[in-house]
Amino acid sequence: MSLAKPGYVRPLDLKQGRIDLTHGAGGRASHQLVQEVFHPAFARTWTHLQHQNGQPWQPGSDDGTVLPMPDHLPAGHRLVLSTDAHVVSPLFFPGGDIGQLAVHGTVNDLAMMGATPLHLTVSLILEEGLPLADLVRIARSMSDAACEAGVAIVTGDTKVVERGKGDGAYISTAGLGWVAAGVRLSGTNAQVGDAIVLSGPIGEHGLAVLSQREGLQFDSPITSDTAPLNGLVHAMLRSGARLRVLRDPTRGGVATSLNEIAAASGVGMMLDEATIPLPPAVQGACELMGLDPLYLANEGKLLALCHPDDIDTLLTAMRAHPLGRQACCIGTVTEDPHHFVQMRTAFGGCRMLDWLMGDPLPRIC
Amino acid sequence: MKYVSEFRDPTLARHLAQKLADAAQPGRSYRFMEFCGGHTHALARYGVLDLLPPQIQMIHGPGCPVCVLPIGRIDMAIELASRPGVILASYGDTLRVPASGQLSLIRARAQGADVRIVYAVDDALALARAHPDRDVVFLAIGFETTTPPTAVALQTAQREDLGNFSVLCNHVLTPAAMHAILDQPEPVPLDGLVGPAHVSTIIGTQPYEVFASRYHLPVVIAGFEPLDMMQAILMLVQQVNEGRAEVENEFTRAVSHQGNTRAQALVHEVFELRDDFAWRGLDRIPHSALRLRPAYARFDAELRFGLHDRSVPDHPQCLCGPILRGQRQPVDCKLFGTVCTPDNPMGACMVSSEGACAAHYAYGRHRAPTANTEASTPTSGPPTSAATTEPHIP
Repeated sequence: MSLAKPGYVRPLDLKQGRIDLTHGAGGRASHQLVQEVFHPAFARTWTHLQHQNGQPWQPGSDDGTVLPMPDHLPAGHRLVLSTDAHVVSPLFFPGGDIGQLAVHGTVNDLAMMGATPLHLTVSLILEEGLPLADLVRIARSMSDAACEAGVAIVTGDTKVVERGKGDGAYISTAGLGWVAAGVRLSGTNAQVGDAIVLSGPIGEHGLAVLSQREGLQFDSPITSDTAPLNGLVHAMLRSGARLRVLRDPTRGGVATSLNEIAAASGVGMMLDEATIPLPPAVQGACELMGLDPLYLANEGKLLALCHPDDIDTLLTAMRAHPLGRQACCIGTVTEDPHHFVQMRTAFGGCRMLDWLMGDPLPRIC
Repeated sequence: MKYVSEFRDPTLARHLAQKLADAAQPGRSYRFMEFCGGHTHALARYGVLDLLPPQIQMIHGPGCPVCVLPIGRIDMAIELASRPGVILASYGDTLRVPASGQLSLIRARAQGADVRIVYAVDDALALARAHPDRDVVFLAIGFETTTPPTAVALQTAQREDLGNFSVLCNHVLTPAAMHAILDQPEPVPLDGLVGPAHVSTIIGTQPYEVFASRYHLPVVIAGFEPLDMMQAILMLVQQVNEGRAEVENEFTRAVSHQGNTRAQALVHEVFELRDDFAWRGLDRIPHSALRLRPAYARFDAELRFGLHDRSVPDHPQCLCGPILRGQRQPVDCKLFGTVCTPDNPMGACMVSSEGACAAHYAYGRHRAPTANTEASTPTSGPPTSAATTEPHIP
């Protein structure tokens, strides 16, 4: 008879415990973190996956994960792969947190390619001292976001860095999706005359995060707009409107995204400031701090360029979706050898919208 | 938005534009300088220039606190920030101002200098309290608007006996710079001045009277909203037409004749005039800047760290000087939009969004240059192609 006793592992103290260096060392503590934090949180996202033998899918402990092929993909469909790294301070902000953002970021990048997202991978770089309760909260919120978007979180990795060498947590996600044969969206597709459509009011995410930043705390009713856009994109593709470009105006805001498209497609753009929806709270905070909402990040909005004849079809489809209720046409693509993005100001003049330079900073005086 | 949208009403703007078109006499030119960078920014951002009749030309003045900071002062700040034990607290805009040796505070930071971005001088005080073992130096810049908060911070430091806090003072004075512009050997021909908004809330309208009397120059203090600016420009045109040269106040909702006397007393208590001070583009101007009074000497970073003013010439091809003096326009500069872009500024006017070059780069490049500039320089495409040149915009 063996004298070895069954190993006892004290469960993690998810209320008071903190991340320490052993959690990233690859030993039992790392394994325990996966078993007690990540698997319970992410299991909900696996329910629609099945192994080929019909058994429910379970993650393995190997170096890679083996996934069933998506069913019924006709010839001509293609795979889309995208990745996104997330560093946000603070980790929790009004309307969201870094976990949600890490899922939405990659899901939305896939959606902007017209793809249906399938699977996500997640890598976390955690700072020594991060409360386990925060990590559980982040993992649950990733799981919620993945379920909402209909994607499975199927593999991942965790590393721990010494105190002071990280910002609590950094999260990198990669996503795999498929895109139908006829769908070819790209920033190079814009054509003169195309309509420029915005899915809703802008600036909320950028301001929600800024309002919590150290040294700048201000009371504000603004919450982040972070949301998965694949459902809205699905509705837009189904409408039959001839879509050319989709882009989610995250860092750098609407102004920078449009400049990227204009440069890639070799066209100019003319926007109409009066048509751009702005929540009054965003407008007020921007006035106070001298910020321009067109340069603030969004995490649940998209820009769409489409054939001018299809604008009504597209807007009808978008407005029928909860994330596109305030969709509107904000401008048109023009011929311009300089690829300038310009805007008729609500005041009655005209100005350029350039790329974002540096970070948006409140003015001095 | 209440109390803001009223000052951006397009119907009123069209109405004012019509009044301006009627008032501006044909065959006559009106050259007005907007002294303040806030006005330069507002003119560009709201497209106000498109609503002015062609006879009216706006000339950008030197009222951008970041732009007028000379290389020598930034060098001083970098030298200080690089010392072990020092934390330099600075407004974000100042970090990208080019200094000697291709450095800037942001590059010095990448090389290990401890430079922190603060949004207000209070944050610098908080840093000093949080790091009693470090010397926290606040890089104070700005015109009369930002000086009173620095004065309050110094009083607070005095009261709390905050021995590790000090100020590298670069506060400058608006009227002195206006004198320098008007007294330069080849002065820019001007028909009027748009007086600053926020600065005037502190100093009042009274300090501008000398410009009306001595230089026979109409002055109108204007708010920063686009309708404020159009109304002020109309008031200037009317003064010119009637041969008047008076100080008028368009920004009556915030500016009084005497200004904010409490703030003035506070500044007077803490600061005194320097004999002279170097300005980028304007050389040394007598009595144009402030330093800490002897009672606050222990908080004066220049004294505490034995720093000395060193004058450093600007880039030989950079036209920031003549642009700040109103003699040239951004498009006259060979560097503008080619090697000098907001992402890689060579001159200070390209750094702050209030700088003449940055405002023109960000908002105005689509516009043909005004007729009386020698515009034959190329401008660039997106900033990613900073080193390439593209054909001149027609």
